[in-house]
Order: sequence, then C-alpha cells, then structure tokens
Amino acid sequence: MKLKTVLNASAATALVFAAGMAFADDHMVDGMTLSDNQTFTYQTIDDSPSIDPGLVEDVEGSAVVRDLFEGLMNQDAEGNPIPGVATSYDVSDDKLTYTFHLRDDAVWSDGEPVTASDFVYAWKRVANPETASPYAWYMELMSVENASSIIAGEAEADTLGVEATDDHTLVVHLSQPLPYFPEMVTHTTTFPVPEHVVEEVGASWMNPETFVGNGAYVLTEYTPQERMVRVKSDTYWDAENVHLTEVVRLVVNDENQALTRWQAGEIDKTETIPTGQYPSLSQEYPEQAVSVPQLCSYYYNFNLRDDAPEWAQDVRVRQALSLAVDRDIITENVLGAGQIPAYTFTPGATAGFEVPEVEAASMTQEERNEKAKALLEEAGYGSDNPLTVEILYNTSEAHKTIAIAISQMWKQTLGIETTLGNMEWQTFLEARGNGDFEVSRAGWCGDYNEASTFLDLMASSSGYNDAAYMNDEVDSLLAEAKTMEDPTENYTRIEEIVDEEAPVIPIYHYAAAFMLDDTIKGWPLDNVQQTWYSRQLYRVAEE
Amino acid sequence: MLTSRTSPEQLGDLPQRAEVKGRSLWRDAVGRFAANRAAVISLVVLVMIFLFAIFGQILSPHEPDYVDFMLRGNIKELGVPSMENQHYFGLEKEGRDLYVRVVQGTRISILVGVVGSIVAVVVGTLYGAISGYFGGRVDNIMMRIVDILLAIPFMFVIILLLVIFGRSPTMLFVGIGLMSWLNMARIARGQTLTIKNKEFVEAAIASGVRPIKIILRHIIPNLAGIVVVYATLLVPELIITESFISFLGLGVQEPQTSLGALISDGASQLNYGTYWMLAFPLFFFLITLYAFFFVGDGLRDALDPKDR
Amino acid sequence: MFAFIIRRLAVAIPTILVLVVLSYILMFAAPGGPFNAERPLPPNVLENIEARYGLDQPYWKQIYDYLVNIVFHFDFGPSFKYRDRTVSDIITQGFPVTLTYGFWSFVVAVIVGVSLGIAAAVKHNSILDYFAVGVSIGAQSLPNFVMAPVLVLVFTLWLGWLPGGGWNGGEWQFVVMPVIALSTSYMASIARITRSSMLEVLNAGFIRTARAKGLPMKRIIFRHALKPAILPVLSYLGPAFVMMITGSVIVDSYFSTGGIGQFFVNAAFNRDYSVMMGITILMGVLTIVFNLVVDLLYAWIDPKIRY
Repeated sequence: MKLKTVLNASAATALVFAAGMAFADDHMVDGMTLSDNQTFTYQTIDDSPSIDPGLVEDVEGSAVVRDLFEGLMNQDAEGNPIPGVATSYDVSDDKLTYTFHLRDDAVWSDGEPVTASDFVYAWKRVANPETASPYAWYMELMSVENASSIIAGEAEADTLGVEATDDHTLVVHLSQPLPYFPEMVTHTTTFPVPEHVVEEVGASWMNPETFVGNGAYVLTEYTPQERMVRVKSDTYWDAENVHLTEVVRLVVNDENQALTRWQAGEIDKTETIPTGQYPSLSQEYPEQAVSVPQLCSYYYNFNLRDDAPEWAQDVRVRQALSLAVDRDIITENVLGAGQIPAYTFTPGATAGFEVPEVEAASMTQEERNEKAKALLEEAGYGSDNPLTVEILYNTSEAHKTIAIAISQMWKQTLGIETTLGNMEWQTFLEARGNGDFEVSRAGWCGDYNEASTFLDLMASSSGYNDAAYMNDEVDSLLAEAKTMEDPTENYTRIEEIVDEEAPVIPIYHYAAAFMLDDTIKGWPLDNVQQTWYSRQLYRVAEE
Repeated sequence: MLTSRTSPEQLGDLPQRAEVKGRSLWRDAVGRFAANRAAVISLVVLVMIFLFAIFGQILSPHEPDYVDFMLRGNIKELGVPSMENQHYFGLEKEGRDLYVRVVQGTRISILVGVVGSIVAVVVGTLYGAISGYFGGRVDNIMMRIVDILLAIPFMFVIILLLVIFGRSPTMLFVGIGLMSWLNMARIARGQTLTIKNKEFVEAAIASGVRPIKIILRHIIPNLAGIVVVYATLLVPELIITESFISFLGLGVQEPQTSLGALISDGASQLNYGTYWMLAFPLFFFLITLYAFFFVGDGLRDALDPKDR
Repeated sequence: MFAFIIRRLAVAIPTILVLVVLSYILMFAAPGGPFNAERPLPPNVLENIEARYGLDQPYWKQIYDYLVNIVFHFDFGPSFKYRDRTVSDIITQGFPVTLTYGFWSFVVAVIVGVSLGIAAAVKHNSILDYFAVGVSIGAQSLPNFVMAPVLVLVFTLWLGWLPGGGWNGGEWQFVVMPVIALSTSYMASIARITRSSMLEVLNAGFIRTARAKGLPMKRIIFRHALKPAILPVLSYLGPAFVMMITGSVIVDSYFSTGGIGQFFVNAAFNRDYSVMMGITILMGVLTIVFNLVVDLLYAWIDPKIRY
C-alpha cells in the first residue's frame, strides 16, 4: 500500500491557484497596474562558471537555471516546495521509493514534451564521472541508490536508482529514508535536460542558438562577462501567469560601479551594496534599499591542530579573543546592513532552531571585555608576555574591513598585536585547508533550512572543519541527531559546547542587502534561501 | 599589465652618451642642473616629501592603525578633515586617521620605488653589461631570455613571490624590482656595445685582464651616468606599478599602506561624499611623481652635454 | 627582406614554445588549482573532474598534450572554469572587444600624443611646452582606477550622456569611455617620446642648415624633421599597440566590456590554466608579429636600414 503524501494532487492545484490569485490580489489591493515595460535588468558581480543544470555551481547561475528550466518541485515565496513539473508524488511505506507524477502539458521550448526519461537522463548525466559535474555529490546527498558507487567509478551510470515507468511517471529509489527529499528536488542539479538536444548538439547545447529548455524563459543572448538575455517562453505551461517579458543579467565586477549605474537607472537590482553604505542608502532610498536575513554565518576559525601556536590550544585565550569582539559595532557601525550579531554558530532564522542561551549573548560588551581581560591574564599573557595573533583572510574589501576592526578591538581591549594576512583566493584556500594559519576567516551558508547543515561542520570528520576541532561528545550528539524525531535538544547542547570551547568565533549572521527598483514587485523577501524566479516578479507602472 | 605603464620611451629618450670621462663633466653637470629651475624646485619638493614621509608622524597624536570606533559608524559626517580633533585629513574608510596613513603610505611608496629601482639597476646593469660585452651567441640567448620574461604573465610571478616568501614589504620591493630590471638590461646592453669598442677597453683586453674584471672595472663605471638617470625615472614607474598591484589586492599588507592602496580605497568611495579620502593621497601621489619626473629629466639634461 | 621575415618567424616558434613551458611551470608552482573552492569538493568528485581535464597526468604529459593539441588540431582546449565554453570561444568573444576599443585608443593616443609632442618641441620652453609636459606627466600618473569611476560619475550619473558600462556589440556610446580611460596614459608617453626625440632632431646639423637657408618652419618640420623623429616613437608603438588591443583589466572590469583583459586576470586568479595559456600565447604571437611590423616600418621610413 502506498501512502499519499501531504502534498496530494488536489492540494497542489489549490496551491498553484492560490499563487495565481496572489498576483491578482496584489493588483487589486494596491490598485497597481502593470507597466507596459516588462523588462527586468539585474546585476551580478561575476559570470557563472556554467548555466547547464548538470554543471551549475554558483548561486547566481542557479537563478538563471531556475528561469530556463523547471524541476520536479518549485519553491513558493516562503521557500516551501510546491509542484513544478511534478503535480504530485507518492512515498512507499519504507520511505525508500518516491514516485513523481509529471504534468502532461509540460513541453520543451522546441515543442517536444517533457518526459520522465528526460529526468532520468539528466540525473544519470550528473552522476556520470564523464560529465565531471562539480555537483555530482548532490546525487549522493539525496541518497539516490548507487550514486556513491557511480561517482567512485565502481558502477555504471545506468545503474542509478531512478527510472521512468512511463512518460509521466518518475520513480526514485533511495538508499536510506530522507525526510527532506521533496525539498531537495527544488535544487537545480535535479532539473531535467532535453536528451534529444544534448545528445545531438553535444557540449555546446547551452548556446543561445541551440538552447532548448522547459522553464518560463528561454535563453536568447549570452555574452559571457557582459550580458545575458532571457525572454519569456510561450511554450511554458503556466505562461499566462508570467509577467516579465525580458530578463537581462549584466555582469558588473565592481560593486561601487554597479551602484552608480543603479542610480543612473541602468540596472533594476544590484547583487550587493558596498560594505558600510547601507545606512546612508536606506535613508536616501528607503523603499529601494533592501536587506533580508540569510542563512549564513561569518566566523573566524582558530587553528586547533597540534602544530598550531601554543596560545590557540588554550581555551581561555580563545574565549578571551571571542569575547573581545564587539559584534554590535561590527554589525551596526562597520557593516550596518541588517546583519545579526552572532554568539552561536547556527543562525536564529534557521527553521526549527532555537537559539540557546549562551552566556556571552546576555552580557554587555563591558562585561565581556572585563571577562576577556581576566581570562587572558589567567592564561599568562599580558604586557610582560605579549600575545601576537595573525588573522588570515582572502583579498576582499569586506573581509579586510572586518579584519581591521577586529584586530583593533583586540588591540584596544586586550593589548594584543595582530598581523593581517591577506592572501589571494587560491593561496588562501590552500593555506586554510592545510592548517597553515592561526586565525582564519570563514563563511558558511546553509545548504538546506535545518540546523545540521551548520552544526555538521563541528564534526571531527567534516571536510569543512578547518579549525580541526575534535570533541567526541559533539560527534556523538550529531550522529544521534540524524535519526531523532526532534533533534533540537542535541543542537542546543552542541552550541553550548561550542560556546564553552570556542573553536570558532561566530561574528555575525549574513543579511543580503541590495538595491531593488521600487517598480519591481514580487521579490520573495520571505524566502531565507533567497530562491527567486523571474516569473514571480512583475513591474508596475509608475504613478 | 606592468608594461602598460612602463614607458620604454627612456630607450629613445636617453642620450647616446659614450663620452663620460673625467670629473669635470660632473662639475659641469651640477652647474647645468642648478640652472634648470623646474628640476631644482622639484628637488626641493622631493626633499620636503621625504621629510614629510619620515617625520610627518610627529605632528599628529594619532596612530596609523588606530580605529576610532566612536566615529566609525558615520565617517561621512564625523570623519571630515578637521583641525579640532586633529584628524587633519579626516578619516579613511576604515575609521583610521588619514593624515598619518598618508605619511605612512608616502614612506612605503617611496621605499618601493627606490628599493625596487636599486634592485632593477643592479640586476639589469650587470645582466646587460655581461650580455653586451660577450656579444655573439651569449648576447643572443641572454636577450631572447629577456624577451620571453617580458611576455610572461607578470601577476603569476608576483603571486608566486608572495607565496614563497610571504607577504612582507621587502618581498614586494624585491618582486617589483625583479620585474623591472628587463628594460634596464636592454639599455645597459646597448651602451655596453658602444663602450666595449673604446680604446681603454681594448687596451685592457690586450693586457690580458679577465673579462669579469673588465666588466666590473671599466664597463660598469662608464654606465653609471645613464644608470642614475634611468633609476630616477624608474622610481615613479614603480610607484605606479605598486598602485596597480594594490588595486588587484596583492600590494602592501594591512595595516601598512601605500599611496596606491589609499588611492584605490579613496576612488572606491568617490560616490559617497567623502572626497577627502581620494584627494589627499592623490595629491601626494601626484606631486611625488612630478618631482621625480622633473628631477630625472633635469639629471638627464645635465648629464648630457650634447643636448643643450 | 623576405628572407629576413622568414628568419624572424622561424625564431618565433621556439620563443613561443619556451614561453608556453615557462608559463606552465609557473602555473604548476602557484598554489591552488582550478577546482579549489570555498567548499572543497568531495575527493572522488574532484578526482573525476581532474581526470576529465587531464590534470591527473604528470606535468610533462600535460604540457606535451597541450602542445600536441595546438599544433595538430589548433585546439586550445576547454576552459576549466567556464565549463560551457572553450578557450577559443572566450578568445573569439573577448578579443574583438578589446581589439575595438584598443584600436581606437591607439588612434586617439597617437594623433593627440604626436601632435602634442611636436607642438611642445617646436615651442620649446614656452608656456605650451610646460603645459604639454605637465599634462602628460599628470596623465601618465593618474591611475586608471581613478579615472574610470570619475568618467562614469560624470558622463553617466551627472550628465546622463553615456551608458555606464557594457558593450552591446560595440555601439559607439559604449566605446567612448573605455577609449578615454585606456588612451590617456599611452597618449602621455607618446607625447613625451615625440617631444624629446623631436628636440634632438631639431638640434641636429641638417635641420640647422635648413633653417639657415631660410626654409619655412612648417616645411622643415614636416619634410625633414618628422621622419627621423618618429623612429623612436615607432619602437614604442609596437609593444604599446599589442598592450592596447589585448585590453586592460581595469577598463574591462569597470566598464564591464567582456574583453580578454578581464578574462586573463580572472584566469590567473582562478587558475583557469587553459584560458591563461591561450591568452598568453595570443599575446606572445601578437608581440612578435607587431615587433616585426615595426622593424619593417623602420626600414620603409629609413632606407638606410637594411636587414
């Protein structure tokens, strides 16, 4: 017997309908009419390495892929999964088999129908070592049967646990139950590619001349490092609810330059706001300077390896350094774009995560500074035995700004001399990965909206644990959490341990700040992952 | 990228001076230099800049790396140049005193220029002299090597140097110097070609002096004039090069700074109403370069009897 | 003459070879690799990718394969970073851009620079001379990265005359600011070289004789002085032309033109070995070709020079 899931067919239609209504409502409520000009121009700092669904690896590239292709599930404005190409799905009792029912009105932009075998082809293509996809591991993360052995080269790509039982039914076999599986198929790596085109054209099929997609937009023009144009697709099944007719993406490397061009009206949305400019911009353009919390943490790693300097092994020194960092000054005076001071590693905005009451968070900065001084003295450092610390960061205005502020806080509060080690990106990665540092800058964004995406970094086995932090209790709490009904308790405990042992200094939780023209509406500000689709947006006429 | 700024003009510009001889020429040169008003004024300016770079710190109560967190949040209004709080040049974008940072930046930029040119001159002159003196196949190979090195992506070399030797200002000086000896080598070679046919060199060869000794004793001293001129013209070039490296984020390490880094920071804030962040460092950058250019020009004219 | 050209081109081949090998050695020596990222890839995924691009081969084999592909297939390989494109795609898209604004910058720099230089030399030690020298030192010293944002601020934000960036297939509005930003420092250098070489020529015996004979100044300058005075300028222009048409990272990044200047610097930072090599070779070949062109022009202008 198969279990019909929460998201059954009728609920799905209702949702789609509601989404459509929301648009209609918007017009009615605000009395806003759509502008005749339905083009949208946005800026990105850099070009995407690839916009092929199987190869895409960056955030901005994924936004392009979401416009050009459509996966089994989409995200709504809050980030919940809603039907995409799949109208519904069933889960087997053992939760190891998912059956997706695909809509029959989905077609490729060349008129061919989108079939389940296109998904099968796309998924096998991602896992296939010959494709060399940087996101092949996503198939492993989704626990699709045989994904691991295919990537390791031990099995043929054809053995991947995904099959098309007919044109509109896709069956996925998992190697272990995964409660988040439906959310995971909103990810661009799982999007279909047109087998008949990819096989015929080969590697260059993503060129505008040969491009075929199943999304709300088609690629019509692409000059790398300059501009990309995507135009509304008439073959998209929901084309009547798509408002923007043309979406232009411009690459502008310099964020100050991008802001100037936004002010000149050449760009509707910038990717970022230059560090420290948000406060004055939000005064000048209150409606258009936007800041939304993000599921990301900015932190400093201590090097806990045996060959690291002696002071880094001393928990008192680490705590002192952490306490002396005035998060409020950093978030308000240095950055000032809605970032949130961080005393725990996991952002409070994470779904189902309660920020534990760690001691440092409830103290005033004066109290923290006093405690930091006492701890440092206790550890035997002071004017007669001065401490020197090096902060390693990669070349970037924002990282530099923060490193300068923190080094001064340490100097002014604790009398510590800090050297700033600014390294070119690749050199930095190498040094940090090899543990060749004392304190190093790091940032982490959640892959999915759950605390384990952050706390897993504290596991001694994690490949991203640059501090080389090892704590058996944390390891077992994490392992336990994987199978728990409600792991909140474990997460709280881990945060408490991390706070006591201070392997990292959480500094702030990110906010995405950007300029958005006020005639552009529909931006999904409530989606903490900032997953947006051009078809959600529309331009209203100026009053 | 480096060479986009270097101006091989000196190649064509430099006098074909074969007749450096005796002391009287130097005395003449001093006289001619003194008569060149632009050069003398520039020399005075240059001395003042040097004094500023060395002692300027004394005039300010602030430390170059001290961030004033009280003012940090609103530099646009609280960080304007002011005599009252003794931030003469205002605050830079991280909330530090711009005046002392300009002092520090000027010092480092001049150091980069001077040390870099010394490296370039020493390496370039020796290389060029050897290549020119031996001539033939040795010359051919050595000059092809220079050609290839000129075509190599300069940024990789800088990255490599910084990686292998760490990011110290000294390494930056040496790195830049090593990149810019190439043109020096070409010029030194050209001069050597003419000098080596002179009687005194031929006499030395005839009396059996070893080639190395001839190069060090006879060739190099005769290159001195041209080398001095080239060095003064190289200094501003290297200061410009350093500013480009700073723009790419590979320059001097914080909290140290250079004029190039300060200008790059100031230019990024151009649209935010904090004009002083660009104006002060740019002013010192420009007058330093002008001064070096005119002094170099004056030296060249003074040392070249044929020109006037 | 023909034999000379052949000989020069024959030397070019080993020169380029050495350049390739040296650049490769530098690349391998630099830390990092094209597939390092903030989040390191899982080891077996990384292995698959490296195998796909031949990075699992020994160094000598990589260099050898690279050269074989170029020589026998004229194939510069795929970009390691921009996975949907090949090196040839990137060069055929980016080079016309820099070629366009570089060519116009060259034209502007030569016309303005040479005229300014001649004027300054002819009116030696006059106000005009001081002005020309002052301006050219200033133009040479003012960093591009100051000029570019100033231009955008003035022409785009304040006056609204020109678009603040982009290329749009090279419409003139998009070319103006890159040309201004790129040409100034070259213009300054050209002016200074022209001035000093013109001064030297004007002091030469044959010009004095011409003057003594009472020939009009205009005629002396254009008939007699210009040709010899332009020679040192020419030897500067060869490499400068190559520099200009291969673009500048500052122009490309501030004006978002999508030229190869930007690709080149990005490739170095991203360790995109193949793009890096492709553009290095392009620059090497152009340098050799235009140095040859300069030498031929030399011979054409000054018949005394024989090869």
